[in-house]
Amino acid sequence: MLEVRDISKSFGGLKAVDSASLDVASGEIVGLIGPNGAGKTTLFATIAGFHRPDAGTVSFEGKPITGLAPHRICATGMVRTFQITQPFAGISVRENIMVGAYFRTADRRLAAREAEAVAALVGMTDQLDQRGADLTVAGRKRLELARALATGPRLLLLDEVMAGLNPTEIVEIVGVIRNIRASGVTILLIEHVMQAVTSLAERVYVLNQGRMIAEGTPAAIADNEAVIEAYLGHGAAKVLRA
Amino acid sequence: MFDPAFLFAGVLNGLLAGGIYVLVAVGLTLIYGVLHIINFAHGSLLMLAMYAVFYLWRLIGIDPYAALPVVIAGAFGFGFVLYRLLIGRYNHGRDENILLITLGLSIVIDNVALLFFGGDTQTIDVPYAGTFVEIGAAFLPLPKIISFGASLVICAALGVYMAKSDMGKAIRAVAKERQGARLVGIDVENVFAVSYGIGIACLGAAACLLMPTYYVTPSSGHAFVLVAFTIVVLGGMGSFAGAAVGGFIIGITESLGGLFLGEQLGQIGISLIFILILLLKPTGLFGSKA
Amino acid sequence: MSRAVLLCVVGLAAAVAYPLLVPNYLVTIGMLVFFTAFIGQSWNIAGGFAGQTSFGHVVFFGTGAYTSTILQVTYGWNPWLAWPVAMAAGGAVGWMIAVLSFRAGLRGSYFALITLAFAEVFRILANSVPFTKGGLGMLIKADPRPANFQFKDPIWIYYLALLLCIVSLLIAWQLTRSRFGARLVAIRENEDAARALGIDVFAEKVKVLTLSGAMCAAGGTFYAQKYLYIDPGIAFGVDKSVEMLLVSMVGGAGTIFGPLIGSFTLMGINEVTRWLASVVPALKNVQPLSLIVYGIMLILIVARLPDGLMSLFRRRPRHA
Ligand SMILES: Nc1ncnc2c1ncn2[C@@H]1O[C@H](COP(=O)(O)OP(=O)(O)O)[C@@H](O)[C@H]1O
Ligand SMILES: [Mg+2]
Repeated sequence: MLEVRDISKSFGGLKAVDSASLDVASGEIVGLIGPNGAGKTTLFATIAGFHRPDAGTVSFEGKPITGLAPHRICATGMVRTFQITQPFAGISVRENIMVGAYFRTADRRLAAREAEAVAALVGMTDQLDQRGADLTVAGRKRLELARALATGPRLLLLDEVMAGLNPTEIVEIVGVIRNIRASGVTILLIEHVMQAVTSLAERVYVLNQGRMIAEGTPAAIADNEAVIEAYLGHGAAKVLRA
Repeated sequence: MFDPAFLFAGVLNGLLAGGIYVLVAVGLTLIYGVLHIINFAHGSLLMLAMYAVFYLWRLIGIDPYAALPVVIAGAFGFGFVLYRLLIGRYNHGRDENILLITLGLSIVIDNVALLFFGGDTQTIDVPYAGTFVEIGAAFLPLPKIISFGASLVICAALGVYMAKSDMGKAIRAVAKERQGARLVGIDVENVFAVSYGIGIACLGAAACLLMPTYYVTPSSGHAFVLVAFTIVVLGGMGSFAGAAVGGFIIGITESLGGLFLGEQLGQIGISLIFILILLLKPTGLFGSKA
Repeated sequence: MSRAVLLCVVGLAAAVAYPLLVPNYLVTIGMLVFFTAFIGQSWNIAGGFAGQTSFGHVVFFGTGAYTSTILQVTYGWNPWLAWPVAMAAGGAVGWMIAVLSFRAGLRGSYFALITLAFAEVFRILANSVPFTKGGLGMLIKADPRPANFQFKDPIWIYYLALLLCIVSLLIAWQLTRSRFGARLVAIRENEDAARALGIDVFAEKVKVLTLSGAMCAAGGTFYAQKYLYIDPGIAFGVDKSVEMLLVSMVGGAGTIFGPLIGSFTLMGINEVTRWLASVVPALKNVQPLSLIVYGIMLILIVARLPDGLMSLFRRRPRHA
């Protein structure tokens, strides 16, 4: 469904993403993990058209989408969320989600109905009339999810929707993500915390310093020396084994 | 019309005017560079300072040049207090907000000036106004030359202050990295207020240097605000070298524009430069970010 | 909802009856309220709803005023026919400024300043090129016939201003309940998020500035026909830009009734200061006083009441 090939992206001298590749098949939940600053968000932003890659290609459902503008990429059926949540602060949750829903219909009533349905799916029904600015961190994360979902994507790119949540909230949002997948949406999700991913993803990619260093099932990844070293520092794998 | 002597005089006149523009623009660029706010009241505050110079001369008979220390100090204090009471409270959040607040401020200042000073054009007749200096084929009024020199000296003094003094170093640190500056214990809010004060002090100095050859009305601020923004954008927002070079370029543009295109159409150069720079190279000649 | 409808009906009835009950000079003041609300709304659509703050909206106003006046005076057009052409010209200028500025990625304060510079360029050009008659300005020959877009009785121009104002309110109302409007608000609140959700931010911004420019130009023609005279300072001067921005900001940027409430307030302050000036000789300078009050209100509103005076009337979030 999504094919990312040898994407590189630099900021000035810093190579944030260095020839990274990944694939997502329809119906999967795929995780992308890596320590802070690994380049995960940059890779997402590049896939979603917010950065133009220095090299490499992205294709979605067989069509090349490298370097397309974000709104065009959204039109192909792929949408991203933001790690640093970007609510429309001055308007209500309902109107926030409607902006997403308007992507599929110009009809206000339909958009409103769609917004309510999506809100129900992510568990925001009670907050529909709150202002975007007044939400808690958990609320904002859900709103990110809801707005993106309202555009009717076939592939959702979720950037750390669990970061900053407490354990109860994490359990809830994991359930929400499962429901979304069950409704037929494929999911690629970034997480900084490995555990969150293991419970959701069938396959995991590991990015470190801009490079893809491993790929496999969560169990295999948890055993991978390179991954352990990336997270815990040089020599950590040996210490753990000992 | 295209007589080289004429052109030479035009360029010289432009350079002289540019020398004072530099001072106005340095104030604006300092405020932008440190506080990241666009001070739309800059022209109006300059107008206010010009009235201060005018009344010091009219009421107490102080020569505009002699008024420099008083007006600079007064303008600094005014700017410092203005920052503490108004600007500083709202210089966070959406950048248009502070633009709108300084617009509101300029509306208030312009109309207070109109209310108290009336709409008449005011000038100062310094005894040396009629003295001319001959340079090449150009006759240049002595006060313009004095002002030009004084402006350069003041800019240089400000440069030394920024490079050498503790406050100058703190200001530069805050301009570069305000979080970092806060972490090493710099009182960032105080630096902001001082920077704003210095920016306005530059206007005080410019007012003293302008008044011997220029006039003031409550709408004088309008005339300067776009000029100042153009210089700063041309040089690169926040760049001192840019403000200096930009000031001279704009001074010459204005002078030659008037020469070749006439009084009316000649003013178009400044607005066009402003638009073209923003559209084509928003970082300006020396700036690093837009 | 029904209460709002009731209020609108009552307001409309009062506005229609008003000129029949008051002396002519009050009719003209009423006309100015609605006219200023109309051009304020043109600003509000771009500056309030879409968040594209402009400091040079007068560029559209002047384009409209000059286009219809030149067509009429120089080419003998009927002003009613020239009116849509003037609007098209204003729309075209809006389109051009938007394409240039937004292609270059200008946002926020930079956009505000470049519109100011555009207005300045137009002012200088109007001052210099022959077909605008330069600084002398242009006079429209008085010939008060409705077919000529000139009215003997101020009541008709009042009703025309009222009609313009109502149309502008309907446009704003439509924005609060349409996809286009929702997208503009999204762009104002967060451009990146809007982009991620499939909004072509550039295209929407161009659209709204084109619409706003055409509306404002309609106001320019109206003004020229009312006063039968324009010059570069009136048509492209910064004062009108500020007035449009002020009434919207003070009344409530991004709200339907903001510009109207702001315009009422501005005119009210004007009249109070005028009255003060007539009783307190020391205050004989009227104009500055009302603008001082307005400047202070602008500061207070940006600082304390971002939804303007409108927010005193209700508690819900904007565009709910
Ligand atoms: N817009 C940008 N400009 C400059 N550097 C950036 C930018 N965005 C990210 N970076 C840098 O790129 C690297 C990768 O960042 P990011 O993609 O956010 O990592 P992650 O999401 O994995 O934590 C970091 O070193 C970060 O500082
Ligand atoms: Mg990240």
